[in-house]
Amino acid sequence: MNSINKISGAEAVIRSLIEEGVDLIYGYPGGAIMPIYDELYKFQDKLNHVLTRHEQGATHAAQGFSRVSGKVGVVMATSGPGATNLVTGIADAQIDSTPMVCITGQVASHLLGSDAFQETDIIGISTPVTKWNCQVTKAEDIPKVLAKAFYIAKSGRPGPVLIDITKDAQFELFNYNYQKCNSIRSYNPISTCSDDLYDKASEMINDSKKPFIVFGQGVILGNAESEFKKFIEKTGIPSAWTILGLSALPTDHYLNVGMVGMHGNYGPNVLTNECDLLIAVGMRFDDRVTGNLNTYAKQAKIIHLEIDPAEIDKNVKCDIALLGDVKSTLPKLTKLVNNNTHDKWLKTFSDYYKIEYDKVIHNEINPTKIGLTMAEVIKEINVATDGNAVIVTDVGQHQMVACRYAKFNDSKSNVTSGGLGTMGFALPAALGAKMGAPEREVVAVIGDGGYQMTIQELGTIFQTGSAVKIVVLNNDFLGMVRQWQQMFFEKRYASTELINPDFVMIAKGYNIEANKVSKRSELTLAVKKMIESKKPYFLEVKVEKEDNVFPMIPTGASVSDIRLE
Amino acid sequence: MSDKISTFTVSIYSENNIGLLNRISAIFLKRHINIESLTTSQSEIENIFRFVIVVNVSEIMIQRIIKQINKQIEVISSFYHKNEETIYLETALYKVKSKSLFSEKHIQKIIKKSQANIVTVSPDYFVIEKTGWREETEKLYKELEPYGLLQFVRSGRISVSKEPMNISNLLGLNTDK
Repeated sequence: MNSINKISGAEAVIRSLIEEGVDLIYGYPGGAIMPIYDELYKFQDKLNHVLTRHEQGATHAAQGFSRVSGKVGVVMATSGPGATNLVTGIADAQIDSTPMVCITGQVASHLLGSDAFQETDIIGISTPVTKWNCQVTKAEDIPKVLAKAFYIAKSGRPGPVLIDITKDAQFELFNYNYQKCNSIRSYNPISTCSDDLYDKASEMINDSKKPFIVFGQGVILGNAESEFKKFIEKTGIPSAWTILGLSALPTDHYLNVGMVGMHGNYGPNVLTNECDLLIAVGMRFDDRVTGNLNTYAKQAKIIHLEIDPAEIDKNVKCDIALLGDVKSTLPKLTKLVNNNTHDKWLKTFSDYYKIEYDKVIHNEINPTKIGLTMAEVIKEINVATDGNAVIVTDVGQHQMVACRYAKFNDSKSNVTSGGLGTMGFALPAALGAKMGAPEREVVAVIGDGGYQMTIQELGTIFQTGSAVKIVVLNNDFLGMVRQWQQMFFEKRYASTELINPDFVMIAKGYNIEANKVSKRSELTLAVKKMIESKKPYFLEVKVEKEDNVFPMIPTGASVSDIRLE
Repeated sequence: MSDKISTFTVSIYSENNIGLLNRISAIFLKRHINIESLTTSQSEIENIFRFVIVVNVSEIMIQRIIKQINKQIEVISSFYHKNEETIYLETALYKVKSKSLFSEKHIQKIIKKSQANIVTVSPDYFVIEKTGWREETEKLYKELEPYGLLQFVRSGRISVSKEPMNISNLLGLNTDK
């Protein structure tokens, strides 16, 4: 406990953040949050504030920071437009379970409800997309509300929290006293279940001839990578990942059979409908994973390991739900199951992989056509970084290709907007990732569409000097939408073609070294040069205009009806 | 469990905090579900609030909704019940011209028969109160309508469950006072 005599609410905000171990904030100042920024000025030796070029950029940067570091991302913005600009990033953090604390300034409490300058009901607006939010109108409430905010953001299933502080509360003097929060009587972050469920689940696993695991981000959020590996290695069960589970298990692990879902691998999707036991580990059966629910794994028994009771039976009804953090539930299960191997069943996955390799993968990573493919760029990044980089992706074709072909040795290496599919996510998230893991190589892979949604964050990268490597895969199209128009709307390319600016010149305008390649012969060297740079670096790769991502499960189709062409 | 739509009473025990009503109604809004009635009040436990919400949905949907409600930080616990599992009532007020009370003998019979109470009488109007099930307050509405209703209002459902909800146990409180 830290007791200091009479300080302002604004100073209390800063002191509370320091108590929570925060040393980095992304934000943007403005009228209603000026007292807090004034305190930030005084505490700049303890708290690094990164001025993004837009509040949305601040949220994505905080997300990128959190996803690689496991810490809570902190964002600050002013009232009104500052606060509303946070909403996309907050919604993204909510659906992808990213711990984040946003602090917004608000008009003075006597002006609330008067349509004052830059007043907006950010509590009302952010309610459906926050794990918790709270408006503070008295300085004395600031320490306890912030303590609660951090506890809620990071405990249980993590998520974003927004604290709205009126300007008068920021000015008000009070006796500051900080106490960390470890429990809230109405909040139970981690549910548990009875031991006999573990016995039943282990029997099911021991009896299964064709078991299959789909793992999600729960493994990463629970820091349960080694517990997960022990479990699968003991049971010998083929394991596939959801897009947010990517990198929890090294991509070259012998039991890693690839990605499930709309643009996932052939085998894992088809065999979802052939396994006799599906074990879902820290994942939530998103519709992009399951395709048509009426034909999803109907033949299989289902065990669901999950921290959030609201996810149980939400989309897919399970036979056994093991509630809790996978960090503790997996070892309990590992202890009970038999040592096993499933060589023949595992081989079925490699048989399907061969089909996919011949039909799709080979042509993507070793193309013979003139135009460059997105996959060969990812292959070059794999080579140049040895699979040790953090890859940050935006949303669209490049994202699916990057996730399909990127190699990862370490966890917390894949940062992408999964649930919300937020274009514009990658550039600021890559900045945050680089600041969250400065010793690691961070490569942002972005499409030409999404890049231009938050392109102004080049300014933040320039100003911070963060050595982010930016690769724009430019096909002069909103490629994923164009692919759907080609496949399902008879090539009516409504508003998907882009006339793009000179990206190299823009990057150079921000004093960022930049290069552009459009020939295969130049690619390897260009990627190598980028990775070797110790500074921020921009590389534009002109790729084939009308390439499609395959395999693909069309919307509403069954996972086993995945198309290879 | 069926997809059949039926009436469910949702009981929510929560902290008494600003904004929680918005958070709970947003759960229904997100799923495009209309709230038939909503009542909030103090519960049997000090400083614990109780919401009673009536909705018409399938049992599968109400189970999902309950889980989403339970997930809210300031919710202690929530439950759903079918009509037969609860004791429930609504209160209705009917404002009628005083003239009708004296000129129409029949109206007095209606009031007596329906076991409604006259709350107040003034030279211009009188107010009748009726507590009961929806069908009963509606029946009285229909009976009084021909005499000219000046105003009519009905409260949301209030309900207690037949089975205990054990909120005190959840909170670790001892209620054996």
